[in-house]
This record gives sequence, C-alpha cells and structure tokens, in this order.
Amino acid sequence: MANTPTERIDVLKTYKLFIGGAFPRSESGRVYAVKDAKGNHLANPSLASRKDLRDAVVAARAAFNGWSGATAYNRGQILYRMAEMLEGRREQLISEICALEGVTARQAAVQVQESIDLLVWYAGWSDKISTFAGSTNPVSGPYYNFSTPEPMGVVAVFAAAKPSLLNLVGALASVIVSGNTAIVIASEKYPLPAITFAEILATSDLPAGVVNILTGSSTELAPWVASHMDIDAIDASGLTAKQLKEAQIAGAQNLKRIRVHSSIKSAPRILSFTETKTVWHPIGI
Amino acid sequence: MSLFEYAPALESTAIVNIADKYNLFINGKFVAPKSRKYFPTINPATGKQLSMIAEAGAADVDLAVTAARNAYVKVWSKMPAAERGKYLFRIARILQERAREFAVLETLDNGKPIRESRDTDIPLVAAHFFYHAGWADKLDHAGLGSTPKPHGVVGQIIPWNFPMLMLAWKVAPALATGNTVVLKPAETTSLTALLFAEVCQQAGLPDGVVNIVTGAGATGAAIVNHPGIDKVAFTGSTDVGKLIATSIAGTKKSATLELGGKAANIVFDDAAIDEAVEGIVNGIFFNQGHVCCAGSRLLVQENIHDEVLEKLKVRMSHLRLGNPLDKNTDIGAINSEAQLAKIKELSAAGDAEGAERWSPPCEVPTDGFWFAPTIFTGVSQTHRIAREEIFGPVLSILTFRTPQEAIEKANNTPYGLSAGVWSEKGSKILWTASKLRAGVVWANTFNKFDPASPFGGYKESGWGREGGRHGLSAYLKASN
Repeated sequence: MANTPTERIDVLKTYKLFIGGAFPRSESGRVYAVKDAKGNHLANPSLASRKDLRDAVVAARAAFNGWSGATAYNRGQILYRMAEMLEGRREQLISEICALEGVTARQAAVQVQESIDLLVWYAGWSDKISTFAGSTNPVSGPYYNFSTPEPMGVVAVFAAAKPSLLNLVGALASVIVSGNTAIVIASEKYPLPAITFAEILATSDLPAGVVNILTGSSTELAPWVASHMDIDAIDASGLTAKQLKEAQIAGAQNLKRIRVHSSIKSAPRILSFTETKTVWHPIGI
Repeated sequence: MSLFEYAPALESTAIVNIADKYNLFINGKFVAPKSRKYFPTINPATGKQLSMIAEAGAADVDLAVTAARNAYVKVWSKMPAAERGKYLFRIARILQERAREFAVLETLDNGKPIRESRDTDIPLVAAHFFYHAGWADKLDHAGLGSTPKPHGVVGQIIPWNFPMLMLAWKVAPALATGNTVVLKPAETTSLTALLFAEVCQQAGLPDGVVNIVTGAGATGAAIVNHPGIDKVAFTGSTDVGKLIATSIAGTKKSATLELGGKAANIVFDDAAIDEAVEGIVNGIFFNQGHVCCAGSRLLVQENIHDEVLEKLKVRMSHLRLGNPLDKNTDIGAINSEAQLAKIKELSAAGDAEGAERWSPPCEVPTDGFWFAPTIFTGVSQTHRIAREEIFGPVLSILTFRTPQEAIEKANNTPYGLSAGVWSEKGSKILWTASKLRAGVVWANTFNKFDPASPFGGYKESGWGREGGRHGLSAYLKASN
C-alpha cells in the first residue's frame, strides 16, 4: 500500500501473550500469521509453546490463594471493572472483530455490547453463588453442618470460536467469578480480541496471574493442557469431539473435571467449576 | 493380657440363614449365571467359607441391563413420583425391621465389629432410603430446574468396606430420581446386597428396577462398558476410578466417582486434647481403617506432640481387637488376605523409610486376617505412609509449628476427600476449614455421616457428591 508523504503511518500493535500479569512473547520465539476475513495480513501473534503453558499454570496456581480468598464483593467489583474497561475499548474490539470474523460494524458492536453486559451479569453473581448453591443440612445429631461451593482451582479454558469475544468473556467470567484462576487458550483463528481483552484485564485491578491468555495452536496445546497435573479442570466448549475425547483420556490421569457448555450466560456453568465443601461441628455446651 | 478382662458377649448368628450358593438377581428373580461360575465368599475373621457366589459374565450383565432398561421404559419412568417414593419408604421400613439380621450378616461377611454394623452401618442404610424416599416427588426443588430428568439405567459398583451403606448411597438416590439400577457389590462382600434383593421382593418393587450382579473386576468392566448404561457410579480405589474415567471418554456416559483419600487430621495446641485423642482414634481405627475418608495423617502441633502421643498410646491400649461378633470388640478383622498384604507392605515401607512403629500389646487371633492398631512417628511428607492410602488401622504422625504450615502439609496430597481440625477457638476452626482443599471437613469430630450431608472429594478423590440436595444432581439432568 503506497502512502503519500503527508499520510500518517499507523502504529500497529504487537500481540503478545499474557502470563502472570505481564505481556511476554512466546519463549519459543514463534509467531503465526493471522489474516482478516478477506485474506489480508493482520498481525503475528505468538505461537505459544508447552513451556509457555507451564509458565501460565505456575502463575495461575500462585494467584489462586489470593483470588479465591478475596471477598466475593471484591471479585464482583473487579469483574464489573472489567466491564468498565471493556466499554472504553469498544472501538478497537469492534474493528478487530469486523476484520477477523468478517461481520458488519453493527454486528461487531452488538457483540461487544453483549460482552460488556455479560460481564456485568457475572459480576453480580460473585456474592450470590453460595446463597443459592450452599445449604445447611439437617443431620440427625447434635452437629451444625453446612455446605458451600468453592472454586476448583486452576481451570484451562478453550472457548468456542465464534462470536470470539462474547464466548471468551462468558467462559472466562463463569470460571473466575467463583474464585478459580484461569488459563485461556485463545481461538486459533480469532486470537486478537483475546489479547486486547488481556490489556483490559491488566487495567481492571485483577491480580496478576488470575487470568493468563495464550495464543497459538489448540491442536498443539490441548494435549499438554489435558495431561498437566496441576490443572484441575477444563472448559472444553471450544474443542472438537476428537480433541474432547483425547482430553478426557489424558485428563483422567489427575481426574480433571472437563465440562462442555453451550450457554454462555448460565448459573449452572459457574457451578460446574466449583466443588462442594461440607463442614461439620458439634453443637453443645 | 488386656487392661480389662471382659466376659465374651457374642451376638447370636441364629438370626441369619446363609444359603450354600447365591445366584444373580435379575428382573426380580434369582437366576443362575450364564457363565455357570461361582466363587467362594469367606468370613475374614475365621478364614472359613460362608457360601458360593455367582460370577456374572458379560452375557449376565447384558441381561441385567436389558431388564433395567425395560423396567425404566415400561414402569419406573411412567410411575407417579409419589408412588416411586412410597416404594423407597417401604424399603426403609423393611430394612429397619430386619436391621439386626443385616448387621450380623454384614459382620460375618465383612469382618467389621457388630457394634459398628449394628449402630452405624445399618441404621444409616435405613436413614438413606427414608431420606431419599421423601425427595422422589420434590425433585423440582433440587435446584436443577422445574423438570429435571433421570439418566435412565445406572451402573453402580461399590466397595467392600461398607457393603450395605455403599449400596444405600447408590441405590436410594438413583431410584428416588427415577433411574433403574444394575449394581455390583464387591466380590468379598456380596451377601448383604443379595439379602437386599430379598427386601426389594418383599417391598413389591417392580421387576428389573434393581438388578444385582455379583462378581469381580471383569463384571464391573462389563457394566461400565455396556452401551446400555447411561451413567456410572463408582466407589473404590483411585486407580480404578481413573480407569473408568478413561473407559467412558468420548461417550455420552456421565460418572460419579468416590475414590481414595489421605486425610489430614489437624490438632492445634488449643484443642481439647482428650476429645481430640478420641477423634484421632475414631478417625483411623473406625472400621479397621477401611475408610476412604479415614484420618490417616495426624498433623499435631509440635508443642503438644508428646502429650498427644502419650494419651493416644494409653487410649490405644484400651482398644479391643478380636471376634467381630463380640459386642465389646472395637477392631475387627481385615477384610481380605489381599488387603492385609497391602497393609503389611506399606507398613514395612514405613519401617524401611525410617519412621518409628508402635502398636499396643495386642493378642491377634490365629485364624483369619488381622492387623494390630499401629502408629508411626517421625514420619516425613515424603514417606510412602504419608502419601499413599493404606486403608488399614495405620496412622502416620507428622508435626507442624504454625497454622499456615498445617494447611500446606494437609493440602500436600493429590487427594482431597476429607480432613479434620481440632481447636477450641471458633475463628481458627473456620479459617482452617476454609483453607483445606477437601470435600468434607470434620471440626472437633470425625467420621460422621448422614444422608442429608453431601459427601465427596476434591482433586483425585473423585467426581461429584453423594447425599443431601447436592447428591441428587449426580442422578438428574437439569432442565430450564
């Protein structure tokens, strides 16, 4: 594309990974070319490696105690803050979605708006999950007995590919709202909104490591995710049937909880990434 | 010579009639196995054979699944929920009527003390059926939408440590939610499940709603892999659980798994020590330690280690090991020769790795399978006896200095089934309970069970919960 001397040259973004609150390139030095719907070159995001995944798991595990131990009110405010930051990045995301998914500006704008509203919806769940999923249990004896949902731990997320931002936001919010930490493997074909979303996360008071985002090949990364012994669960909604079966077999090594969801706005989706803890204590004088 | 002499107080076995041979229970009738094979079941306290049990092959499992499917389609799924519930109430009442018979038979076949089978196992069995009976017509309040649906035919595989109780944990919620069942008891403890089949007949339960196929691992695999099974529920070892998870990969089958554990029992220096010692003993020696949620890792705060150890040794010296039918017996027989070998092997590893073994003076009967209550001190986190499930009356004792260290050590395991915490300080109890990565936390108590209380583990201790409202979701598909 020829430019006249007076025309300004755009400063293009380098799309990098998001691990432990930082934006590193892949340790492997690899990138891959992402094209728009018309086949024009858009960017060279990182092609994440197994080592990048392992770094992301370390970051997610390190962040777990702090995030799961934060008050539900605090987590809710941070998810709401993510919605605020997303609102401010609308234009950028609309242009990325238009280019990648080949949709109209209006369709892309609707997707971004729905993503913002979905974050607000999930933000409000943080301090209600225990109320509707917990219980006090009338056991036959002098004991106080109660059950509460708790986060599972480190969850890997393969969100469904399209609409890219909306699926990513729904999957991620449903995982972290209860206190899990996450590693997102972004859609291979539509990775740019995921990295722009990482920049939103970085300015949303979200503690480093709570969300880590990798771009690259899900075919390459899915087996490493499935066999990693420090990942507790997988949102496999974006995997193919063959990948899902392979992940279930490899994931059996540490009995990963592997879930597939079709609805992005769903309270059961939140609960599917929680464990029920039951506590007993005697009653007496 | 024990500290106190008691006169024998034997429970009579006249209440039970054990046949020479037991067939499979399929479609409401006892039928000979197509495999034509039978295997012996023995009394682990004497080593003597009690009876012969049919071994179900793949063809037998197929008949059972077909019977369960027919019962599901034609009868059970069409029956009004309230009527379904009434069958469960009937079963609960018959179990109460025949409770002593079940308790004696359980003790004969399993080796557990009659005090436990009579006062814990069987009362809880009846309670489980009564509890779930009431749920049958209230499933729209289970938190799974207005019209949750059963899976269909459920394959259930249960262990030998609480034969009837595990049957109740599986069968009661499955039937209450409208599923039909193919159940396999453990090969060393089939007798009470077959007596339960008789209860189903007495209750008039429609044919095929409950089918009981006896056998070992191959029979279990035939159930798990049968295409007519919609859902698998398993309680047993983590290794087999992982095998099941692998077997059902890529299928529509769902599974609940209740697997192994290596529970930490944390005693802080502000605990009521005497109560804690009772809890430690109950935590590891209840049911000979054949308990997946047993408190097998004692974490005691360093400054009270010596005091706790001394009191624990005194208390252990009063435990009475012997004839399970004696009402004074605290510790019965190890369930099988294979399990005894495993306990001996892991205990030997404790010696070899440098831990110090202690058992009270304890006469061990010559016939049958027995293991004296045992503790190991000087255990470090790397020792096999601190990491692996022993599933026997063997306690590993470790120490900690700060609450943070206690949590780190407690959670340093691939398991996450249960944990215990002892302190008289409420805020410390709640802090500890919130930090423990385990599905059941017993605070100032241990090994308590109730049908209303969800049970199940984090991490490699399994998938899902049993009991309470949460347990229903294992047997229902949510609606909107």
